Amino acid sequence: MSYFSDIYNGVKSLITGMKVTGGYFIHARKGAITQQYPDNRETLKMFDRFRGEVVMPHDENNQHRCTGCQSCEIACPNGSIEIIWDRAIDPETGKKKKKIDKHIYHLSMCTMCGLCIEACPTDAIVWAQNYENSVYDRSYLTKTLNQPGSTVQAGVED
Amino acid sequence: MNFLIMNIPLNITSTIHDWIYSIMPETAASITIMVLIAVIYLALFAIIGLYLVLLERKVAAWFQLRLGPNRVGPWGIFQTIADALKLVSKELTSNDRIDKFLYNLAPYFVIVSTLIGISVFPFSKQFQAFDINIGLFFLFAVSSIGVIGILVGGWASNNKFALIGAMRSGLQTISYELSVGLSLLTMVLLTGTLQLSEIIEVQRTGGWLILQGHIPAIIAFMIFMIAGTAETNRAPFDLVEAESELGAGFHTEYSGMKFAYFFLAEFINMFIIASIAVVVFFGGWLSPFGITDGITWFPEVLWFLIKVVMIIILMMWFRWTFPRLRVDQLLTLEWKYLLPINLANLMFMAVIIWMNWTI
Repeated sequence: MSYFSDIYNGVKSLITGMKVTGGYFIHARKGAITQQYPDNRETLKMFDRFRGEVVMPHDENNQHRCTGCQSCEIACPNGSIEIIWDRAIDPETGKKKKKIDKHIYHLSMCTMCGLCIEACPTDAIVWAQNYENSVYDRSYLTKTLNQPGSTVQAGVED
Repeated sequence: MNFLIMNIPLNITSTIHDWIYSIMPETAASITIMVLIAVIYLALFAIIGLYLVLLERKVAAWFQLRLGPNRVGPWGIFQTIADALKLVSKELTSNDRIDKFLYNLAPYFVIVSTLIGISVFPFSKQFQAFDINIGLFFLFAVSSIGVIGILVGGWASNNKFALIGAMRSGLQTISYELSVGLSLLTMVLLTGTLQLSEIIEVQRTGGWLILQGHIPAIIAFMIFMIAGTAETNRAPFDLVEAESELGAGFHTEYSGMKFAYFFLAEFINMFIIASIAVVVFFGGWLSPFGITDGITWFPEVLWFLIKVVMIIILMMWFRWTFPRLRVDQLLTLEWKYLLPINLANLMFMAVIIWMNWTI
C-alpha cells in the first residue's frame, strides 16, 4: 500500500514547493531583492552584516577605544594590521603606559575575515558599510585608522 | 514531380491561397506557396525561440525574487536579440578528434525535427501549414528524431561529458516517449481521430477535452506534463545537460551558432509540448466558453498563444521549483509509477467512454 501513499505524498510535497515559488512569482514586482546599483546609489543602504572595511570609530572629543593591546594584529592571518605604539607617562598616575601611535590597516591585503574585530577586547574597531573602495593608486589603500591627535577614551582599560 | 507537389495539402489562409492560384499557373503557385510557408514558419520559429528565451529569463527572475533582464530596451525586450547577435558572431570552435561530419550534422537533426514539428499545429482555423490525418502520430515520430541529433552530437564530440549526457538523453527520451504516447492515446480514445484540426472540431461542440474526459483526462494531462517536461530535457529532468555534473552535457563541445541551434531547439520543443497540450486538452484556438465566437475578425491565434504561454509558464514553474532527479529516480518514476498509472488510466477512459459517462 505504500505505493499509493508514496504517490500521494510525492504529489503533495511537489505542490507545497510550487506554492512557495508561486507566491514568490506573484509578489516578485514588490519584493524583488535586486538592487539596481548605479541607479540607486543615493538611496542604497548596505546591510548591517556587510563587510566594507575596518574602521575605528571616534567620539566627539576625538577619542577612540583602542588601548594598543595588539590582539588584532596577532589575530590577523595575513598581516593587514600593523600597530605602531609607544609608552608615555600617564599624567594622572605618573606611571608609564602603552598607547598607540598609529593603527595602520592595509585594505589591499584584507580578506574581510573579521578575526580582528572578534579579537578586539575593547570593541575599538568595527565594520564599515561603505562599498566603493576602488582607488587609482594602491598606496591609498594603506590607511591609518586612528585620527591624528586622538587619545584613548578614559576608562576603556578598566 | 509535378504530381507530387500538387498532392501536398499546404494551406495558409484560404484567401491568400486562392489569390496566388488565381494569378499564377498551378505549379508555380504551389511552389510559391511552399516558399511563402517556409519563410513564415522560419520567421515564426526564430521569433518564438528568441522570445521564449526572454520569457524564461524573466519568469525565472520572478520566481527567484529578481528583476530579470531590464537594460536593453524597455523591460529588456531587445535583450534576446542582443544575445542572438552575440551567438551569431562567436567563433565555431571544436576539438581535434571530433567526427567532423556527425559533429556538424547533429545540430541540424535537432533543429529540423522541431521545425517539422511546429508545421502541423493549427494555430487558428485557417493558419495551419500541414493538416494530415495522422497529425498526433506524425508529431511523435518527428519529435523522436530530435534525440538522434543529441545522441550523434554527444558521440561525435569525443568528450566524456558529452557522451554521458547524450546517453542519458537517449535513455530518458525513449522511456518518457511511452508516457507521452499513452497519455495522448487516452485522449485519442475520446476524440476518435488523430488529425489535429479534427480534434479541435470535436471540442467545439462538446467543450474542452479536459472537461469532457474529467478524471482520466486530468490524470492524462498531469502525466503528459511530467513526461513532456522530460521529453524536452528541461529541469527537473535536465540530466542531459546537468551543469553541476556534466559541464554542459551533450553540447559541451559546441559553440556559437551550433550551440544556439541546440538551445533554440530546446525552447521550440517546449513550445511544441505546450502546443500539443493546448490542442489535445484545452481546445486549441477555441475561445473559452465561446466568448469571441460572434466576433468574426477576432484573431483566434491569440487564444492559442495565450493558452500556450500559460502552459509554458507552468513548465517554467516546474523548472524553477523542483530539484533535479537522479538517473535511477528518473527510471523509477517512469517505469514504476507513470507507466502503470497510464495503462490503468487508459482502461479507465475506455470504460468511461463505453458507459457513456463523458460530460
